[in-house]
Amino acid sequence: MPDQPILEVDDLRVRFRTGGGHFTAVDGLSFSVRPGEVLGVVGESGSGKSVSMLGVLGLIRTPNAEISGKVVFRGRDLLALKDREMRAVRGREIAMIFQDPMTALTPVYTVGWQIAEQIRAHERISKREARDRAVRLLDEVGIPAPGKRVDSYPHEFSGGMRQRVVIAMALSCNPGLLIADEPTTALDVTTQAQILDLMRRLRTDHGSAIVMITHDMGVVSEIADEVLVMYGGRAVERGARRDVFHAPRHPYTWGLLDSVPRVGGPRVRRLPTIPGTPGASAGGCPFADRCTHRHAACEEVPALTGGSGHLDACWLPEEGRERIRRGDRSGPEASPARQSARAADEER
Amino acid sequence: MIGYILRRFGAAVLVLFAISVLVFLIFFATPGVDPAARIAGKNADPATLEQVRASFGFDQPLPVQYLMMMKHLFVSHDLTSFVNRGTLVIPQIMDAVPVTLSLVVGAAVIWMVLGVAMGTLAGAMRGTLVDPLVMLLGVFGVSLPVYWLGEVVNLVTQKELHDSVFSWVPPLGYVPLSQSPGQWALHLLLPWLTLALLYAGIYARLLRGELIQALNEDYVRTARAKGLSERRILIRHALRCSLIPIVSLFGLDFGALVGGAALLTEVVFGLPGVGKLTYQALQNLDLPVIMGTVLYAAFFVVLANAVVDVLYARLDPRVRRA
Ligand SMILES: Nc1ncnc2c1ncn2[C@@H]1O[C@H](COP(=O)(O)OP(=O)(O)O)[C@@H](O)[C@H]1O
Ligand code: SF4
Ligand SMILES: [Mg+2]
Repeated sequence: MPDQPILEVDDLRVRFRTGGGHFTAVDGLSFSVRPGEVLGVVGESGSGKSVSMLGVLGLIRTPNAEISGKVVFRGRDLLALKDREMRAVRGREIAMIFQDPMTALTPVYTVGWQIAEQIRAHERISKREARDRAVRLLDEVGIPAPGKRVDSYPHEFSGGMRQRVVIAMALSCNPGLLIADEPTTALDVTTQAQILDLMRRLRTDHGSAIVMITHDMGVVSEIADEVLVMYGGRAVERGARRDVFHAPRHPYTWGLLDSVPRVGGPRVRRLPTIPGTPGASAGGCPFADRCTHRHAACEEVPALTGGSGHLDACWLPEEGRERIRRGDRSGPEASPARQSARAADEER
Repeated sequence: MIGYILRRFGAAVLVLFAISVLVFLIFFATPGVDPAARIAGKNADPATLEQVRASFGFDQPLPVQYLMMMKHLFVSHDLTSFVNRGTLVIPQIMDAVPVTLSLVVGAAVIWMVLGVAMGTLAGAMRGTLVDPLVMLLGVFGVSLPVYWLGEVVNLVTQKELHDSVFSWVPPLGYVPLSQSPGQWALHLLLPWLTLALLYAGIYARLLRGELIQALNEDYVRTARAKGLSERRILIRHALRCSLIPIVSLFGLDFGALVGGAALLTEVVFGLPGVGKLTYQALQNLDLPVIMGTVLYAAFFVVLANAVVDVLYARLDPRVRRA
């Protein structure tokens, strides 16, 4: 059954008890990932992307957190697993890599040692074999002279190379799912493109499903099959990449798309930004405080609904969203004034 | 790594040379002071003064004087303390060194074991009652002055309770290890504990802080995502990285203590170590002995520093290339 989801998250909630009261970081999030599929999770910083994925892996360790919902991975509810059982899942069946490759590795051990450590945590193989596999993995992710570099320490690699090492380590046990939390954010543009290339290739070779967390619509457009747009701890739009990019339905997604430089288009210095500060509005639609289309209905929380796999959580009428979008937020292409402003920017 | 070690010890030798020149200049070339009179001590007769002048070559140029001094110290070992009726300085120091080393090494082992155990326990059990309890114990150790604590220990074990609970405690003093290992340890046990208590508290506190910081590092999150056990994450990752600053502090403390900073403990417990020797020499203004112990102290501080740097490089790959 290739279409059976490998991961199914249902109504995930994460609440933190803070000084005064409660803060809901993830508020009823539901999504699923099929084997080999790439899900792009996108949203501004603070929208709950990291917390929801850490929750999936049971990596939220503060006693102030309340987590509820269902996280079914290959038929097992991860939230109900014991610590020891969960450890067997982490690193072997689900691997996770983080944003900053400069600090993600323990500075005092060689990269080969750290990769072998992960392999040996899950498989009964000799140090020698684990090391050989580490060399092969480093080769696979494009580290030059892997036989020598396996004995190098993390500080002896550049940021991009270190992220490759981290990816090699994540893939060392052939996980069915790889969660990548902003893996390219800390890297320069050229390196970003190389890492994305690598992940695309590995996905074909290893067949792992990938959850790619990012705040960058550009990254999503390059790699994702499915897109999940998050705002204020909730999913506001979900659908196939084509649909979300060609017929975005939620005002927040419109904002995100407008703030991406167009591939191949002229480079602009200042991109339009979504007005207001990130953060869920109290009661009603979480995006209400920043939404230019806010109306009376928005006092109530809109549910995530829609047909044919493209869902959104907004009270605007089903039909004619594109017209509404153009209506008072004219796209960069539509406005001649903007074009000349852009040209002026370009001159400077 | 070998290259690093050689370079590091080469630097140590240079530093020692510089220190010896400096000490020599302070003792022998301070303007307006007759070094012969100072070495011969107060109220020395003219014959002694003449003898001192000849043996240190005070009519010769300074570099020659320096070389003669070094010869007395390191070649012929016949630097003489005139204040103390002609006793030789070097053998006095050589007799005192094993006492100080015994005291400091034993105490260091105890405080490292205690400090690391307490610090790790407190850091790993943060948020439970164990943490503040352990730290309270640490504060207690830190806040007791060694001299006072030593006196109290002596009062209790030598007088008040000596006839009952502490009848096994030997009288104050030192028994060489070569003579009787059992007696050696027994005589040193209370001095060890007294000296170690202070440092154990400091080290526990420092390690706890380092460990808590390390447990919040990204690499610990990576280790969790790898599926490692909490125990392995604590010991192999967090503790391993937290020990790096501890080791450098340890080297400094150890060097200073062997160099004479264990003075108070030695005096309280009647241990004839280097600290006590320096203390007595200072009281008598016994210049040759003071000079000898100062150079000895410098030697250990510099040596300890070099050893620490090498150890540091072994612990932290990032400094190896520096
Ligand atoms: N341990 C915690 N305690 C309290 N609040 C937290 C904690 N971790 C994260 N949060 C909050 O949860 C929200 C979502 O964070 P996060 O998932 O990291 O956002 P992002 O989408 O940028 O990854 C943020 O507002 C953050 O302040
Ligand atoms: S529900 Fe209302 S406030 Fe929320 S996004 Fe839609 S129009 Fe804007
Ligand atoms: Mg994040």
